[in-house]
Amino acid sequence: MSKQFQFKLVLLGESAVGKSSLVLRFVKDQFDDYRESTIGGPSFVSLVSYLGADSREAAFLTQTVTLEDQTTVKFEIWDTAGQERYKSLAPMYYRNANCAVVVYDITQSTSLEKAKSWIRELQRQADPNIVIALCGNKLDLASRRQVSQEEAKKYADEEGLMWGETSAKSGEGVADIFTSIAKKLPLTAPPSARGGARPGAPGARTGVDLNRQAAAGQGQGDQCNC
Amino acid sequence: MDEEYDVIVLGTGLTECILSGLLSVEGKKVLHMDRNDYYGGDSASLNLTQLYRQFRGTAPPQELGRDRDYAVDLIPKFIIASGELTRILVHTDVTRYLEFKQIAGSYVYRDRKISKVPSTEMEAVKSPLMGLFEKRRAKKFFEFLQNWKDGDPATHQGVDLDNDTMASVYEKFGLELGTQDFIGHAMALYLNDDYKQRPARPTYERIVLYTSSMARYGKSPYIYPLYGLGELPQAFARLSAIYGGTYMLDKPIDEIVTDADGKFVGVRSGNETVKAKQVVGDPSYFGAGKPLQDGKVRVIEERKVVRAICILKHPIPETEDADSAQIIIPQNQVGRRNDIYIACVSSTHNVCAKDVYVAIVSTIVETDRPEQEVQPGIDLLGPTYEKFITVSTIYTPTSTGESDHIFITRSYDATSHFETVVEDVQDVWKRIFDGKELVLKKRDVQVEA
Ligand SMILES: Cc1cc2nc3c(=O)[nH]c(=O)nc-3n(C[C@H](O)[C@H](O)[C@H](O)COP(=O)(O)OP(=O)(O)OC[C@H]3O[C@@H](n4cnc5c(N)ncnc54)[C@H](O)[C@@H]3O)c2cc1C
Ligand SMILES: Nc1nc2c(ncn2[C@@H]2O[C@H](COP(=O)(O)OP(=O)(O)OP(=O)(O)O)[C@@H](O)[C@H]2O)c(=O)[nH]1
Ligand SMILES: [Mg+2]
Repeated sequence: MSKQFQFKLVLLGESAVGKSSLVLRFVKDQFDDYRESTIGGPSFVSLVSYLGADSREAAFLTQTVTLEDQTTVKFEIWDTAGQERYKSLAPMYYRNANCAVVVYDITQSTSLEKAKSWIRELQRQADPNIVIALCGNKLDLASRRQVSQEEAKKYADEEGLMWGETSAKSGEGVADIFTSIAKKLPLTAPPSARGGARPGAPGARTGVDLNRQAAAGQGQGDQCNC
Repeated sequence: MDEEYDVIVLGTGLTECILSGLLSVEGKKVLHMDRNDYYGGDSASLNLTQLYRQFRGTAPPQELGRDRDYAVDLIPKFIIASGELTRILVHTDVTRYLEFKQIAGSYVYRDRKISKVPSTEMEAVKSPLMGLFEKRRAKKFFEFLQNWKDGDPATHQGVDLDNDTMASVYEKFGLELGTQDFIGHAMALYLNDDYKQRPARPTYERIVLYTSSMARYGKSPYIYPLYGLGELPQAFARLSAIYGGTYMLDKPIDEIVTDADGKFVGVRSGNETVKAKQVVGDPSYFGAGKPLQDGKVRVIEERKVVRAICILKHPIPETEDADSAQIIIPQNQVGRRNDIYIACVSSTHNVCAKDVYVAIVSTIVETDRPEQEVQPGIDLLGPTYEKFITVSTIYTPTSTGESDHIFITRSYDATSHFETVVEDVQDVWKRIFDGKELVLKKRDVQVEA
């Protein structure tokens, strides 16, 4: 039987660099030119029509990558939901994240500065074993490039990060970056008792399952009719 | 600033975060602010540095381990498995951000020692809590409760739950005082004996809640979120954010701005005012503990609770090395008017380093020496490595908010679980929506790929 692993992946980066667009491309192979920011209600109108009414939460999706040796890696993807906007991201967001994609927009040099500050934040707050990928998005707009490949690559090397360029619009490089992360993750590590990785069986939650138990229903207090 | 919100929520405690999440799901435009730079307010879990800064003004001792391993709760509560909070967690689907573990055991203090509250029939038969004959009487009592059907008078055995007092029901089944202590305090979770003189119905409902919660996962009626209770407000805050809620931490709130009629207009921070139709917040944003300023008393003191947060290097004695436990000391057993509670969690719940246990002893203050009032509980813990004592005042709002659009929540009380927090959420909701009950909508759940 092939091995399966599940990892938590978080996205970080300045507003409008294309975090949600990258997720949408990776998970649904779609793109929206008129995406609204993840902050604020109205964006959901378009999101819901994209992802189908069953997934209101674009900020929490899953996608599975199959590697050459048939190992499957399931990403549990967390988008920021706008809480980072006023520096109000909850520690829960980083907690147990196995990997992070920190995105900048190659046409905005300030967005690389913002990406660097997120990386410092991750190095300080997140699990020490977290795999971080720095991702230069909007590669299709290379004619308006402000961040050179050399500059970004050099920084990534110095900090020991993975690095790649993508276009959520054309799809170029998107699958590559997620696949490279999947390969880099510690697929051999034993399931650790606390913190960090939660590898093992798919959905390897060790605690009690409220959903299942509630559905089974013990009778009392469970009489919702929805 | 020209942005105007439907609701401003002040404070990111659990009550406020549940409300914020539900309001955003309802389509309200919510701005949620907190004066602290962390989530959770009074229901936060602190890391070591925050804990020592708050209580000692010093850095933590090195030997306790890494900061990141700690999430020490400020209020001692567990989630009762079949309760209303569980229902909200499931309905809003915030369970996807959280993991839960069972609390290993529930214990009750009687005749100077602690015994496990039986969680299976086997344990009940062997339990030293009752003698043989008393066990038979208790069995009859529990069978009566279990078989009770409102519409079937044959199951009532002549009892009228809505009019007969609980005392009279105990008497009918001939239960001893010690058994009454056990049932009323360890199962119905009453903090004092006032319930005995009131109709039996609420006690019946509490016992049903306890036993169905016990039946759900087996060991105890309680579950607990990994990384501490502070995860709960964060999870609901994320729900709110996903539905468009705006979050600002680290914002001093300087004034609640009202118009000439006293109606809410906005919130001032520094020299900026954000406007909204309504404001919801915890008592600390509405004058709690501060001298009167604008002539309005918006919250009043109800009572005080003393809590001793104790760090141990061993499990609590006589709990069979349980990784977590609740211990109830019924008031009669120690000559008090209110019970003493102990809530203990450990590294199993990712709230402290390995081989460390965090136990919180709490009770409602009855004297002017609160520290001594928790002592009978502390005595059960064995040697304590560290002990932080807090006395907090429980505030309650003076008005419903219908006329001024200012909706104030209640402080966290001395009960052992979150049912009163949910009651408060439901109550505030009704006040905000002109008497409309809170109906939980099932959130659209993604079908996993
Ligand atoms: C209680 C309170 C807290 C604030 N905290 C901050 C803060 O932490 N950081 C900050 O930059 N500004 C903050 N502001 C707002 C900020 O000081 C100005 O009000 C705003 O930048 C300019 O407002 P405007 O009406 O000219 O334009 P607007 O159209 O309101 O907005 C212009 C720009 O300001 C940003 N902005 C608007 N409102 C806020 C807000 N409440 N908080 C943050 N950014 C906002 C928008 O993202 C936008 O980029 C706060 C305002 C209030 C009332
Ligand atoms: N040309 C081009 N546009 C892109 C690309 N990726 C995203 N965009 C556009 O950039 C804008 C912002 O994209 P989002 O995915 O919403 O960005 P975000 O990082 O999620 O932004 P916030 O949610 O505000 O933090 C949208 O208009 C997208 O259509 C890309 O690769 N190429
Ligand atoms: Mg986004």
